Amino acid sequence: MRDFLNLRRVIMIGIAVGLVAWCAYALRWDWLANPKYQSMMLRGLWQTIWMLVVTMVIGFALAIPIGFVQAAGPRWLAWPARVFCSVIRGTPLLMQIWLLYYGIGSLFPSIPWIRDSAMWPILRQAWPYAVLALSLSVAGYEGEVLRGAFKSVPHGQLEAARAMGMPRFTLFRRIWLPQAIQRVLPTIGGETVLQLKSTPLISTITIMEIYDVAGRVRRDTLVVYEPLLLLALTYMIITAMIVLLFKWFESRFPSKVA
Amino acid sequence: MVCPPPAQLSSLTLLGFGDCGWGATLLWGFGNSLMIALGAYAIGFCIGVSGAFGKLYGGPVAKDLLAVYTTIVRAVPELVLILILYYAVPALINQVLLGLGYERINLPQFITGVVVLAVVQGAYQIEVLRGAILAVPQGQIEAARAMGMPPVMLARRITLPLMTSNAIPGLGNLWLNATKDTALLAVIGFTELTKATFQASATTKAFFTFYGAAMALYMAISLISILIFARLEKRSRRGQREQRA
Repeated sequence: MRDFLNLRRVIMIGIAVGLVAWCAYALRWDWLANPKYQSMMLRGLWQTIWMLVVTMVIGFALAIPIGFVQAAGPRWLAWPARVFCSVIRGTPLLMQIWLLYYGIGSLFPSIPWIRDSAMWPILRQAWPYAVLALSLSVAGYEGEVLRGAFKSVPHGQLEAARAMGMPRFTLFRRIWLPQAIQRVLPTIGGETVLQLKSTPLISTITIMEIYDVAGRVRRDTLVVYEPLLLLALTYMIITAMIVLLFKWFESRFPSKVA
Repeated sequence: MVCPPPAQLSSLTLLGFGDCGWGATLLWGFGNSLMIALGAYAIGFCIGVSGAFGKLYGGPVAKDLLAVYTTIVRAVPELVLILILYYAVPALINQVLLGLGYERINLPQFITGVVVLAVVQGAYQIEVLRGAILAVPQGQIEAARAMGMPPVMLARRITLPLMTSNAIPGLGNLWLNATKDTALLAVIGFTELTKATFQASATTKAFFTFYGAAMALYMAISLISILIFARLEKRSRRGQREQRA
């Protein structure tokens, strides 16, 4: 702590505090007191975090088979998985979101049995497409990481399990998967932060998450910078919380990788 | 010439360069995307090299400021940064110009886009290049210092050539990010490939034709770039011992 807080740092922190105080004093923050915007911001924050958690979970669940078939599957499964990962990683996420929402979204109304099905009220909304696009993105990126992780599990482990007469599925569940996941755990924190930074893209398909709320406030009040600064600060706080959470999480697992 | 309704046209006509085709629009957007990515990457590389050296060998204040820069840029979504800088950069330039007694100017969207993406790229490149410099064997740099080499010559003759092979994989990933990040400029209304695709498909309702074509173009850039960077890495590693797993 002594090392961190020398005179130079104190001066810099002073300047930073001064900047924040200037922002608080000189810029317009009166819109923050409006209860309409307050509730919008809370709902937006909830929407962002909900999207983040759901798409990370679905995406990771999809990434496990995608990574596994690339590492050890037959060729007719490995190839499509490979192509999927390359396409997801090689094209912009914004384009994927728009393709799913405008493309597939425009296809559905023309198919009668989908229009008449019970799913239609859900498919008419934007969020299923956002969840799908963001989950597929995680699956593509994390699938590539898991491919390497599955490959790097030592052969001796698998041979030992086979020698013990372990059935194939038990081997996967008890030996292969846990060791692969242990290897990718450190990357999941970073992947979550990247995913958080992708969530504002879904505001372009009319989902009211926190980026969209800032945009609405700016359009309503004609205040240019202030909502954006608050938005940036919010994202930084969420990022810091994710980083701390995963640090704590990792410290609870023994991270001995051979 | 009056075009028939898009539903009657084939995909080939729609993607073509004729009066009813959108090929020219897409290609124009593609060119814009590539130019922005190249410009942002080049400026970002300059920021990255100077920032990496500053972070390692700079004074204490420079180190702290660079740490703040890289942390903020990497913690805030690119879209938010682009939006903030999109308003802030022209305002700042105009402030400076007014302060110097010049007229205010309207910055072309293209230049704003390049600068904004370069600021984002720079922060990531600093981290990649810093790691690459740290991986240069310490003895090489010490030997050069012991020979009395001045810092700039040391960087040019020893550090930069030796770090290249370590930096290329990371720089390759960042180049792919740069090409994909250009799509974000569509949100602020700049006509690059994604926006052009959006316009073309919204007008003709031929979503899969245009999105398919645009995705193929993006894939082409990334596949070609991956090949080029693999060759560059191989070239920069010539003479090094093979890594054996």
